[in-house]
Order: sequence, then C-alpha cells, then structure tokens
Amino acid sequence: MEALSLLQWLIDGLIGIGLLWLAWRALFCPELFKAIVLFIAFGLLMTLAWVRLKAPDVALAEVAIGAGLTGALLLSSWAKLRGFDANKGMGAREKNSEQAEQKTKRPFFHGLYAIPLLLMAVGLGYGVLQLTPYATGLSAVVAENLDASGVSNPVTAVLLNFRAYDTLLEIAVLLLALIGIWSLGIRPSVREATPDPVLDLLTRFLTPLLLLVSAYLLWVGAHAPGGAFQAGSVLGAAGVLLILAGWRLPLSLAGLPLRITLVAGVSTFIVVAVLTMLGGAQLLAFPPSQASLIIFVLEITATLSIAAILAALFLGSRPDHSEKI
Amino acid sequence: MTLSDYLSVLFLLAGALFFLAGTVGLLRFPDVYTRLHALTKADNVGLGLIVIGLAMQAESFASVGKLLLIWLLVLLAGSSISHLIAKKALQKGVRMWRR
Repeated sequence: MEALSLLQWLIDGLIGIGLLWLAWRALFCPELFKAIVLFIAFGLLMTLAWVRLKAPDVALAEVAIGAGLTGALLLSSWAKLRGFDANKGMGAREKNSEQAEQKTKRPFFHGLYAIPLLLMAVGLGYGVLQLTPYATGLSAVVAENLDASGVSNPVTAVLLNFRAYDTLLEIAVLLLALIGIWSLGIRPSVREATPDPVLDLLTRFLTPLLLLVSAYLLWVGAHAPGGAFQAGSVLGAAGVLLILAGWRLPLSLAGLPLRITLVAGVSTFIVVAVLTMLGGAQLLAFPPSQASLIIFVLEITATLSIAAILAALFLGSRPDHSEKI
Repeated sequence: MTLSDYLSVLFLLAGALFFLAGTVGLLRFPDVYTRLHALTKADNVGLGLIVIGLAMQAESFASVGKLLLIWLLVLLAGSSISHLIAKKALQKGVRMWRR
C-alpha cells in the first residue's frame, strides 16, 4: 500500500501545483480570451481538487457554476467587449493612450497595492495562528441534529435548514446581479436565429437530458450529493444552450411569468421565514415534523429561480423590453 | 491481480497513450483543423479505451451504464463542437495548412 499512498501524494501535489500555476497564468495573461480559457481550466482542476478532498457537493457546484456557467458568461462578455472595441475605433485609441499612461504610473501603483495586501496577509496569518490546533468543527453537531433536519444528506441539512439564511442571501445576490445587469439597459436580440444544423441537433439531444439530470439532482439532494444550486445550474445550462442555438423566450412569457420565476426562490424563502417567525420560532427554524416538506418546496422554487437567473444573466438584458426601444 | 485486472491496465494504458498523442498533436500541429483532428483521437478513442478499462473494474451494471453514457455524451458534444469550431474557422477564412 506504500506505493499507492505515494501515488496519491503525487496526484494531489500535481493538482495543487497545477492550480497555482493556472491561477498565476490566468491573472497575468495579457490576452483576455486566453485568460478566460485558463480560468475555465482552473475551475475544472479545482473540481478535481474538491473530489480528492471528498467534497462531491462542492465539486458539483464548482464544475457546474464555477467552470461551466461562469466560463460561458465570461466568454459572452468577451465577445460583447470585442464587438464594442471594433465598433468604436476612437474608444480603442483612447484606451491605448490610457494604457500608456498607466504604464508610466505602474510602479507607483504597484507599491500602493502592496500595503493593503501585506496588512491582509498579516491579519490572516494572525487569525490562523489564533486557531486552536485541533478544532473539532461542527460536523459532530450536524450529525447529532440530522434527524431533526428533514433530510439525510448533511450538506443539504446545513444549506437549507441549519443555515438556510445563507442560501437565502446567496439567491438574493444572484437576483441583485441580474437586476444590476438589466438596469444597464443593453438592447437585447430577441429575434430567433436559425442555428447551425449540428448545434440544433446537439441542443435537441441534450436539453431533455439536462432537464432529467437537473430533476435528479434536485430530488437526490435530500440524501446524497446534489441540491438546488447544482440542479439550478444544470437547468440554467440548458437555457444557455437553447439561447446559443437561437431560441428565444416567447414575448408572452418574457414579461410577468419570467419575473415571477426569477423572484420565486427569494420570495418563497422570505414567506417561509416570516411564517416561522410568526409561529414563534426563530428566523427559518423549521418544525422538525414539516422540515422535509418545507425544504422540498424551497429547493424546487430555488432551483427554478437559479436556473432562470443564470440563463437571464447569460442573455445579458431584459428580454421583454426590446420591442419598445 | 486477475486477468480482468491485467486487461484493465492494458486498456487504461492504451487510452492514456491516445490522450498523450492527442495532446502532443494539439500542441505541435500547425493549424486549427489539424489540431482538431488530433483532439478527436484523444476524445473518441482514448476516452473509449479508458471507459472500457474502468468498466471492467465497475461493481455494478449501473455504473457500467453510467460510464458508457459519459463516453457517448462526450462523443456527441466533442464531435458537434469540433464541427462548429472548424466551420467558424472556415467562415473567418483561416487558411488550411499546406506543406
């Protein structure tokens, strides 16, 4: 078994060094496109690292959101930026002179950046030194109370019961990001495009499969790795694929029905929070007898909302506004 | 080590060889079309061999089915995306490499 553990050390070491190297390259790559591709590769390697750390829930979320959807978002913004530069030659020239100006000022700014970074490093180091060397963590407490949570997967129990307000805030952050993008008022393209026949075929094959995987991840989250965020991002990926293949949301659905879907996750959370407080309990403290049902309802609405928000983020503009402009 | 273990190792090594060759091709070939050609070898055959090697070690038919499904999905996505990249490159007028 000695050789096997040596091999595992080797693999873990390679993953660790590869992560640092990819992060370094992605940050210091002058070409934006290359940096984005490196970032996606970083996300994939990070997924492997989470798998090695025996955290399949995080690995699923990392590969679906960190590498997949964030990569798609970055690439689509890159494509938009490129179109912007090509349209405005003036803007590009101004940028060049700005860059030249920055170049002369660079050493000075670099010196300034070092101060907060050093302070942060000292603070973090101090914090780490203050930790008790053998912390037991909270896993024992979670395991003790798992029966009362309504689900048997400890990760889901933490995310949707013990610390449900974290998930509430995460969905709210996603919604806020979308509102921010919509308020920029970029004109969207609502016209349906005729896709490449191969892409069309691929989309027709994959969309039902992605729906199935998403529903499975949602259902299995109660007792195995999976859950709302993973299911939502897979569903959102189906939306991104449909958008890429030229499909657009019918205008009759792009108004109120879309908005209701977008806010369903957060509003269900808030309604449940208010109800639990009216019942005399703490914020989002579910009664154990109904916890399972509450978590299931929360997860369904959260999945739909997350998927709609992610696909809408990819589209990058309000789909109902185009005809009026 | 039983016979199936040895066969597994053989298939896995053969798959790794295809991946190595595909990667070297991706790095060394002169234009986008030949690079795609190199990549498809790693994706299609290399992954297929690795899936066969892993399927021999699988505990149940369900996991064999999952492995096969992964391979089929990669085949579908890989070939479609290669086609899209090559088509876009042709549209943009990327010249084919000539000796």
